[in-house]
Amino acid sequence: MKSHTLSVLVENKAGVLSRVTGLFSRRGFNIESLAVGTCEEPGMSRITIVCIGDDAQIEQVMKQTNKLIDVIKVSDITERERVERELALIKVSADPGTSRAEIMQIASIFRAQIIDVGTKSVVLMLTGDTDKIDAMEKLLRQYGVKELVRTGRIAVLRGAKTVKSSK
Amino acid sequence: MKTGAKILIEGLQREGVKTIFGYPGGVVLPVYDELYNSDMQHILVRHEQAAAHAADGFARASGRVGVCLATSGPGACNLVTGIATAYMDSVPMVAITGQVPTSLLGNDAFQESDITGITLPITKHNYLVKRAEDLGNVVMEAFYIAGTGRQGPVLIDLPKDVSTQEIEYEYPETKSVSLRGYQPTIRGHPRQIERAIELLFAAERPLIYAGGGVIASDASAELMALSEKMMIPVTCTLMGLGALPCDHPLSLGMLGMHGTQYANYAVTECDLLIAIGARFDDRVTGKLDTFASKARVIHIDIDPAEIGKNKRVDVPIVGDVKYVLQEMLIKIQKTREYEKWNARIKAWKEKYPLQYKSDGVLRPQYIVQQLSDLLNGDGIIVSEVGQNQMWTAQYFCFRKPRTWITSGGLGTMGYGFPAAMGAHFAQPDQPVFDIAGDGSFQMTIQELGTVAHYNIPVKVAVLNNRFLGMVRQWQELFYDRRYSYTELPAVDFVKIANAYGVDGIRVDSPEEVLPALKAALACDGPFVMDFRIEREENVFPMVPAGAAVNEMIGGLE
Repeated sequence: MKSHTLSVLVENKAGVLSRVTGLFSRRGFNIESLAVGTCEEPGMSRITIVCIGDDAQIEQVMKQTNKLIDVIKVSDITERERVERELALIKVSADPGTSRAEIMQIASIFRAQIIDVGTKSVVLMLTGDTDKIDAMEKLLRQYGVKELVRTGRIAVLRGAKTVKSSK
Repeated sequence: MKTGAKILIEGLQREGVKTIFGYPGGVVLPVYDELYNSDMQHILVRHEQAAAHAADGFARASGRVGVCLATSGPGACNLVTGIATAYMDSVPMVAITGQVPTSLLGNDAFQESDITGITLPITKHNYLVKRAEDLGNVVMEAFYIAGTGRQGPVLIDLPKDVSTQEIEYEYPETKSVSLRGYQPTIRGHPRQIERAIELLFAAERPLIYAGGGVIASDASAELMALSEKMMIPVTCTLMGLGALPCDHPLSLGMLGMHGTQYANYAVTECDLLIAIGARFDDRVTGKLDTFASKARVIHIDIDPAEIGKNKRVDVPIVGDVKYVLQEMLIKIQKTREYEKWNARIKAWKEKYPLQYKSDGVLRPQYIVQQLSDLLNGDGIIVSEVGQNQMWTAQYFCFRKPRTWITSGGLGTMGYGFPAAMGAHFAQPDQPVFDIAGDGSFQMTIQELGTVAHYNIPVKVAVLNNRFLGMVRQWQELFYDRRYSYTELPAVDFVKIANAYGVDGIRVDSPEEVLPALKAALACDGPFVMDFRIEREENVFPMVPAGAAVNEMIGGLE
């Protein structure tokens, strides 16, 4: 059992996300993370799904997903050279004074941006892989994380190669 | 200018649809109004579930796409069991439902249900059409998707304002559908086909395991040619019966939970299993670890997702069974006989035949056998689900494809009677028999109204044991004979049939069986036979759930 990153190219049509996620839940697969948006091809969207399973299970869910009429291509890019990122917005309690300075120091170490400052809180924006976001969240917890919002993971192959649209 | 309803009806006609099964209602009225003008035949069923089953039976008996029509909300929901039945058995069907106007969608309007949401897991694809401009393409795509690749049901949901909207629209002169997300693989991979042939020649004990895909692909002739060329014995799944004539010397009948002992021994002992259009269902394999555990496996299927789903495969061949077998036949130059293996199978067949008691008691197996002998290869046999289905699968000798119609995957009680109506419209010259149980028949018995209304000559043979027989059998064997809610009170089916204006006959003894069957066959219209059979007859042999297929119980010693 290990984590797999699947890149799913779909028709940009109403209901396509529920077709894909419905299939995953129906066939007993948990989705760890999911991100969806339009992509470079007009009329298509790309869904990046992170899920956990052994090779046979992943093969089965990929084949089943591929059968959906609105799915154009499914690729498992886990074993390929790629870059992956998530984005997190973290609202932290920060009284004017020492803790605020410490929070800003942590943010600078993680190369997070401060995108909002209030009298009692700051909002940080961080991009990175899952581990990096987890690590920063852990450090910030002592100050009081009031709200944490994360996108799903998105991924792209390194170099000139792409996940292209032939089924 | 044309309305959406007109575009729909035109589209159906262009697809060659002659008969549709349906039930009208509020928001589907514009479509019904258009039907009123058309020369298409519409059969008014008595419950929407029957419309779906009839379309399914039509599709299985003809090989063409079956069509059913219902209104929104309850009408659409009543189709669900029928759509799920078709989905599980890969039956090509287009289901059309009315829907509330687009302005009311999501508003909990009167008779609104989210039928595309509801049928998401049980359709190959579905459409909610929001603009009349899209409808022509949707109809063409729906029939294309339903009838190609691994076939299955497609649903079109049509809001009322779309069916009344008037637009300029002409269908293209020649139909061409191109979907970038749907390109079924038809031809098998040449290298895999060569590897399969190598394994065939290397094998000592090969066995073909043929499923419903052989029927769907119209590949019976190719199957027989391969089997005969190499002298490879063939066992069929429930869905595959008729792919090879049951009385063919290389036929082993059905395998699995209620399969023949010799088929199950053969699958246990074979060293090469050639699965053709079959999917290693749990009712076939029993305990998966021990199923064909001495064999290498070749798996031919049009659906790549079926290959390796349940059983590890040595040679996967994705493609249409007919094309793959044709390709194999061209490439096989030499022949083999596998004499020792065939001699061993022959000995099993002689030693462990299917058998039942012959003692003057009215037994269901005898009825099925008598019908089989009487029809002698003619006719279409439909069944309900349960003991009636298994006795028919065991004792009726199917000789041709598309003459056996049954709900395999979903196991839908009440399927048979309406499916038999549909089968009649596919093959109007063939006698159609529904072999039923008293439980199943009562699930869609209201269709007596339909067969009487249109004089549809379906013959219903009720194997009446006043039990939900298969459940009772499991209670007898595995629940210490505690017959919890499986006993049914006596019903006089002849009287019910008569009330609808349908003829019927009651049969209590073996001597009366043949005359009753002959009377049914001679009758121009529908006919009901109420066979009062031995109440606690069991279906044997039987592989208990979860056991290995060679560990069968029951049967006569």
